[in-house]
Amino acid sequence: MPEERGDAMYHRYDGGGVTVDGPAVMVRKNFKESVSVSGSWYVDNVSSASIDVITTGASPYGETRTEYSVGADYLYDKSIVGVGYTNSDESDYQSNTVYFNVSQDFFGDLSTLSFGYSQGRDDVYQNGNPDFAGNIDRYNYRLGLSQVVTPSLVVGLNYEMVTEEGYLNNPYRSYRYLTNPLDPAQGYQFAREVYPTTHTSDAAALRFIYYLDWRASVGGSYRFYTDDWGVDANTVQLTYTHVLLENWVVDFKYRYYEQSAADFYGDLFQTPSQDPKNYRGRDKELSNFNNHTVSLYLSYSRPVRNRYVDRASLSLQWDRIWFSYDDFRNLNDHTAIPGDEALYDFEADVYKLLFTVWY
Amino acid sequence: MVKRVRLPVLLSLLPVLAACGTQPWVKPYERQHLADPIMSFDRDPLAAGYSAHVYQVREGARGAEGGGGGGCGCN
Repeated sequence: MPEERGDAMYHRYDGGGVTVDGPAVMVRKNFKESVSVSGSWYVDNVSSASIDVITTGASPYGETRTEYSVGADYLYDKSIVGVGYTNSDESDYQSNTVYFNVSQDFFGDLSTLSFGYSQGRDDVYQNGNPDFAGNIDRYNYRLGLSQVVTPSLVVGLNYEMVTEEGYLNNPYRSYRYLTNPLDPAQGYQFAREVYPTTHTSDAAALRFIYYLDWRASVGGSYRFYTDDWGVDANTVQLTYTHVLLENWVVDFKYRYYEQSAADFYGDLFQTPSQDPKNYRGRDKELSNFNNHTVSLYLSYSRPVRNRYVDRASLSLQWDRIWFSYDDFRNLNDHTAIPGDEALYDFEADVYKLLFTVWY
Repeated sequence: MVKRVRLPVLLSLLPVLAACGTQPWVKPYERQHLADPIMSFDRDPLAAGYSAHVYQVREGARGAEGGGGGGCGCN
């Protein structure tokens, strides 16, 4: 059974003109050694003056996203069956997801095989335009295998396919095209993006974690991603975890991510298009880019002599991410002619302050 | 008509047959390291879920983050 614990977290993201912060709470309770229920509440307070917002002439905005999730797991012999529901709500986007997971331990509990399915429905709106409404149907299929290889080594293999259908672009985002393709110096204009209405992706990840004799562990993972929009991505992560003086744990992490651009991505199109099948996007998340993350996590935990709580821990986690884009240009560079602006890059800091009790 | 099974297919099944006859090679009394929280792929699910969300909204890739379902062999 999952361990009984309660988590309270403050999280903050700050980078690229965007600040997102808020609280989050998660609680898990077990009953009769066969049923485990969990619930979570999560808030994002967004304040955005990102490069997309600034360079398309929109005003910086603030909004709040609230997410609720409930789940239940049932243990039967060596199997765990889990179901759950998640709702996410913001002023122009509502999302509802149900999920189902099954996992089975076998081979002397050295192997765990799992399967999961999620189905979701999103409603997309546009603030300031009451006539606009779109929706998205989402389906996720997951397979996982976790294997104890030696008394000090665990490896895991995960696969996930995601398929979506519906209104997949951002109703606020535009692509740019040259006013006069024969004379770029005349400048550029914006037009509403045109996206495909389906998107299917496959991701496979291999990971390991290895125990070191001085009460430390080293872990690593590699994920390959590909989708039918033409994006291929690689993610590599290395982690070193060290226990200090019994009660302190420090984690060092490094993560590298790179991806190729979607087939219909362009930083600067030559002409506008009226063809609804001529897909066009200038979403930097669909461009050719990479990022590096360095993380430092520090946590202190100790037993608590209390009728209700066994142990408590306080953890401070910090990530610094460097994003570097290969074909997304910085439109704040007004001195260059269109297409010759400096490439965009930015850094972000992510902070998490986590308080946990086990009971 | 009987279809011939190719030799490579039969050979590929050999590890499966071998596994069926093999006893678990990590005994319960050898699993104290595996039960240590520092051997968990997701030690703090709430914080890990948030980190995954930070990347999901800023990267094209998604999925196979491996949230939940990890087996520690220490049931």
